[in-house]
Amino acid sequence: MRHLLDFQGWTRPEVENLLDTARVMSEVLERPVKKVPALQGFTVATVFFEPSTRTRISFELAARRMSADVVSFAAQASSLQKGESYKDTLLTLEAMGIDAYVIRADSAGVPHQATRWVKGVVINGGDGRRAHPTQALLDAYTLLEALGTLEGKKIAIVGDILHSRVARSNVELLPLLGAEVWVAGPPTLLPQTLPGARLTPHLEEALAEADAVMVLRLQKERMEAGLIHLQDYIAHYQVTEERLRKTKPSAPLLHPGPMNRDIELEGTLADSERSLVNRQVRNGQAVRMAVLYHLLVGKER
Amino acid sequence: MRFKAELLNAEEMRRALYRIAHEIVEANKGVEGLALIGIHTRGIPLAERIARYIREFEGKEVPVGILDITLYRDDLSEIGVRPQVRETRIPFDITGKALVLVDDVLYTGRTARAALDALMDLGRPRRIYLAVLVDRGHRELPIRADFVGKNVPTARNEVVKVKLSEVDGEDRVELWEREEA
Repeated sequence: MRHLLDFQGWTRPEVENLLDTARVMSEVLERPVKKVPALQGFTVATVFFEPSTRTRISFELAARRMSADVVSFAAQASSLQKGESYKDTLLTLEAMGIDAYVIRADSAGVPHQATRWVKGVVINGGDGRRAHPTQALLDAYTLLEALGTLEGKKIAIVGDILHSRVARSNVELLPLLGAEVWVAGPPTLLPQTLPGARLTPHLEEALAEADAVMVLRLQKERMEAGLIHLQDYIAHYQVTEERLRKTKPSAPLLHPGPMNRDIELEGTLADSERSLVNRQVRNGQAVRMAVLYHLLVGKER
Repeated sequence: MRFKAELLNAEEMRRALYRIAHEIVEANKGVEGLALIGIHTRGIPLAERIARYIREFEGKEVPVGILDITLYRDDLSEIGVRPQVRETRIPFDITGKALVLVDDVLYTGRTARAALDALMDLGRPRRIYLAVLVDRGHRELPIRADFVGKNVPTARNEVVKVKLSEVDGEDRVELWEREEA
């Protein structure tokens, strides 16, 4: 693994090895001193061409907890506003001696492109609707914590599948670990095909005997684009306590955040014992520490 | 590699560890506040054996933790192969304790230094001892062991292989020589 862009070409042992490292990192996060010197001397840049709070903070904390130096680039307050291209922005950072770039972009493929421009390792922090691999890794880690194994488990992903990089990365990753992934959403928000997943417009079908449910955030712009009507969505696709009765008893509930309470899910569910939302956020740091370790340590400099 | 000599057989290893167990209890004036920390990989069964011997002659349990020092290695930004990170599990508070770090071989001292750094991040022990089955010399840091099973003067091109029944199916310490390339 030289970069982390998506899960194409990944094998199950590679994923398991990374998640094993995340387990060790998770123990580091429980210590009084939540810091190890493993990445001393490395510099990590978070390059966010698209705004994000939780992913950026999570990566920056992960890098700092490993003793890396961190620089943060946000498009809103940068020379991009003066017309500088993504490429020149990255080349400028490269000249400053960056070892790893965490890149978030609103268009798909920017992290891929970046690997041609810079010598450092590139981590996809979410690109367009294509991929968000560290989110999928933290989801897999959280599911493994809750279920023990993903082998033969039915995972239902509910919501706007068409526009979701989280869903796409999970559909790439979870089957690698033996899970059967079902995706459900309104026909206007379902892709024609999604290799690795079973698609259905019927929420009940996806939830039936599911071992875990992942709820996606419904984005306002999709409603404004007329792809869905909010009340219709709530009526047919909102994940409610009642609808969760179709799943296995106490099947855990995941959400990548930020949540729209009482839209994609019943607000009280987010605070219920089933909800793993806070575990996901916590595990995100451990998983990102593991990713940085795997990409930076042992790499030719 | 060429086999050169057997440094310890199973019985000699048992006696060496038994002696170390006695020395630890004597140095600590009993087992009060004592805990053992085995360094991955072979330090772990060695720490468990020493704890078992102490229980045999003192009738008291000494807690054992396990420590992985990978994240504390001083060469992580330079090495060409990524080492596997393994579990650290110390199920007791180390603050105020007399800890005995246990490892199979003491060589450059870099592993012991990394272990000291790791322990300092986990709490503030009263003191830390170092116990090793074999001290083969060639220190690169000012570190010495408090308890040594066997001192073996070695050449740089020699390799000390510690085999333990828990990991390798037999108890034996061997000296090997690297062939010239």
